[in-house]
Amino acid sequence: MSSFTLTVNGKKHTVDVDPDTPLLWVLRDSIGLTGTKYGCGQGYCGSCTVHVDGEAIRSCTMAIESLSDKKVTTIEGLSPNSSHPIQQAWIAHDVPQCGYCQSGQIMAAAALLSEKPDPNDEDINASMNLICRCGTYNRIREAVHVASENMRKKELGQKGGK
Amino acid sequence: MKPLTPHESASKHVSGEAVYIDDMLVNEQLLVGRVVYSPHAHARIKSFDFSEAKKIPGVHAVLSHKDIPGHNQMGPVVKDEFCLAQEKVICIGQAMFLIAAETEELCLEAERKIKVEYEILEPILTIEKALEENSLLGPPRKMNRGNPDEALKKAPHVITGRLYTGAQEHWYLETQVCLCVPGEGKEINVFSSTQHPSETQSLIAEVLGIAKNEVVVEVRRMGGAFGGKETQGNHAACWAALLCWATKRPVKIRLFRDDDQRITGKRHRFLSRYEVGFDEEGKILAAKYELNSDGGCATDLSFAIMERAMLHVDNAYFVPNISVVGKVCKTNLPSNTAFRGFGGPQGMAVAETVVDRIARSLGKDSAEIRQKNFYGLDANNVTHYGETVENNRLFLIYDQLMKSSDYWNRRKDVEAFNAKNEFFKKGLAVTPVKFGISFTTTFLNQAGALVNVYKDGTILVNHGGTEMGQGLHTKMQQVAAAEFGVRLNRVKVNATNTSKVPNTSATAASAGADLNGMAVKNAVDILKGRIAEAVAQIFTEKNPNPPTKKEDVIFQDDMILDMMHPERKIAFADAMPLMQLRQVSLSATGYYKTPNIGWDKEKGWGRPFHYFAFGMCVSEVLVDVLTGLHTLLRTDILHDVGDSLNPGIDLGQVEGGYIQGVGWCTTEEIKWDDKGNLLTHSPDTYKIPSVQDIPKDFRVELLENVPNPNTIRRSKAVAEPPLMLALSTWLAIKNAVSAVVDHEIEPEFSLPATNEVIVLSVEDLKKRSIQKRAPEFSPAK
Repeated sequence: MSSFTLTVNGKKHTVDVDPDTPLLWVLRDSIGLTGTKYGCGQGYCGSCTVHVDGEAIRSCTMAIESLSDKKVTTIEGLSPNSSHPIQQAWIAHDVPQCGYCQSGQIMAAAALLSEKPDPNDEDINASMNLICRCGTYNRIREAVHVASENMRKKELGQKGGK
Repeated sequence: MKPLTPHESASKHVSGEAVYIDDMLVNEQLLVGRVVYSPHAHARIKSFDFSEAKKIPGVHAVLSHKDIPGHNQMGPVVKDEFCLAQEKVICIGQAMFLIAAETEELCLEAERKIKVEYEILEPILTIEKALEENSLLGPPRKMNRGNPDEALKKAPHVITGRLYTGAQEHWYLETQVCLCVPGEGKEINVFSSTQHPSETQSLIAEVLGIAKNEVVVEVRRMGGAFGGKETQGNHAACWAALLCWATKRPVKIRLFRDDDQRITGKRHRFLSRYEVGFDEEGKILAAKYELNSDGGCATDLSFAIMERAMLHVDNAYFVPNISVVGKVCKTNLPSNTAFRGFGGPQGMAVAETVVDRIARSLGKDSAEIRQKNFYGLDANNVTHYGETVENNRLFLIYDQLMKSSDYWNRRKDVEAFNAKNEFFKKGLAVTPVKFGISFTTTFLNQAGALVNVYKDGTILVNHGGTEMGQGLHTKMQQVAAAEFGVRLNRVKVNATNTSKVPNTSATAASAGADLNGMAVKNAVDILKGRIAEAVAQIFTEKNPNPPTKKEDVIFQDDMILDMMHPERKIAFADAMPLMQLRQVSLSATGYYKTPNIGWDKEKGWGRPFHYFAFGMCVSEVLVDVLTGLHTLLRTDILHDVGDSLNPGIDLGQVEGGYIQGVGWCTTEEIKWDDKGNLLTHSPDTYKIPSVQDIPKDFRVELLENVPNPNTIRRSKAVAEPPLMLALSTWLAIKNAVSAVVDHEIEPEFSLPATNEVIVLSVEDLKKRSIQKRAPEFSPAK
């Protein structure tokens, strides 16, 4: 057991865990943020996706010892009141069915849009290789495009207003 | 289209607030539960010793079958499934011991200290071997109509063949999970990811040897189930309950993904044989089918699944003379179980293979042969089990879809492309789905509900169905709101709980909304009757001339009013406190059983289904014949859900069901080694469709203006039928493969059509083509 300090959703947490403990379990068991889900534990399915310094990573295979001084954002910290354009588009397009993978999908999509504000289908394919067993993929794709458009509209509006 | 009513949990799903069982807050008393399972497919347990495991500090219980206070059984239908192995193990993954400890690591440490001595026995691991040794889970099932032997003799053409369809892993994102919390005395509170809380309750009561009224099972939502939690959610629940009972502390078992894949059953693989006679036009005259499924090591739902396969081996086609034999093989693999479609896909794959082969052998387009064999509207409309195909939508859907998908022009384009390209071939296929709705075990077609109205005018709906992502709770919320004539946000749907609605059937057979919707309506009707009577009195007290009659009181727009005197009205919410003052009960139970169905399993004759759901799908694929890599270029679907309760949800079910079917038909291949070890036990070896695998052009529509008689708000079931639409994708791939030899030779083909299957099929076709054209150069010589 060692002590680790990490910033999650803007708040500092100190946890006592083994150095190789995956971030997923620190988030869920030590800090109590259960929005991030266990799907496979091997970094394949993507249900556990969170942001580390703004980048989408799979928290089930990321050891806590490699995270000192990094900023972690989870689904709970993505936006106040689910106001992120991705979350809004997800609701508007009724994307989730069982919902279990969707925190991961949303975090992956949010990271994609911050890197590529106007992704095409190939970009989505390349960066959103997460499993949704309900098969909501075409809505995920649509919702990413809509969120991207809404984000750009908002940005244009803000620029125009200045 | 009706305005979109989003999933009732949508805002919680996108914020991470939706609580699944693994997310539930439990105090520090919680222990981690673990199941220790057999490493051998077939062995005698000579001895075991877990005394060392028990000594580890922090390990609170290690249990074997000897520690089960009640019955060591968790078979849902037939009692042939031990909760913990006794004397023998019969598959890899069979539960042997249970451990409860303070951490996962301690559980694993304890597991390593358990010593077991085995005597290894010979396992049966294939359908072929099981058939050879007559290893069956029960007597074969039979259905028959007409005289197929005689008709086959007279038929101008006869084809024979066999079809192998593979297993499929459910891969619900939320693995099997259960949390048990002890109550006072013998009480136990169970939070289980189960499609069948009542059965979970029963089995826990039986393994613990306590009464059912001591056990409460609750499920808010599942993170996917797809049939995999219809019976096998019970397993983790029984194990967690035993550990909870032994330790008197809360215990949670959440399976690791690899363990889940190894332990749980899958979609049944089938080896089917067929002999089919047809005329020059391609009309089927007679068919003999033999369906053999791999049931695994115990019965589970295998016979109901086989029955549904046999009931769908006709799919949408009239076969005047037919015999069907179904055998469920007993092997040393985990007991196979329900999976969306429940045998239907395996039966339909045979029907579609037959029609596809007839078309190829006659040099005709398979669409033409399909249409020719559809059940008729007035004649040729009785199935091989005696049920008339009523409200047949096949022709309506076929005509619309062939037009909207531009099938015939695209067929020409595909042929032109194939004529020009040697290494890439395109394929196109249309396939129909006709799927019977109802549990074929007739008594299961019942449901209950408990509806409470509170003094502030809010409504709490309890029903027997479970939410697994299919949107059932959303639909029940809509049904209650519509029937009460109130706005949607007055209604909340409670977590499914066996103390609220008892003795329910599994949420399965796509019938969740049909059954529970009617039960909710029934409860609402009872409440409206009581409220209407009291409100009529209230109105009459104010305006006695003429008095308001209770039958004139209606509920609409969040108001209650006298339709003969619309000025007499009261807001729904304002009326509810008055109900309490007037001593009117605002709580009612509702009940429903599906009318006019009945089915003689022994004779294979009757009316098993309340109605049929129809759909059709056109798929176009591009196949790289050198690597077997295929791309879904375009998919057009037209599906019948009656008057949709929720078009957003229903379209999502059609899209998702199709994609899941594409997985079964193309990439999801399950393999075991020769010792019975599952080789494909993780997502790195088991390929589930991902976002890049969906059709490049995906057009999904619901058939419009087709109300369904005698169902809740004229709707139809949706969950399972769309999965089978994916057979068009499978046959489009086969169509591309057979283009390699200009469709002149029937390809060897199986399901799933993996890259390997495609490449081998292409190579085989090329060889046979050479043999056919120039036998003297044949490699066989």
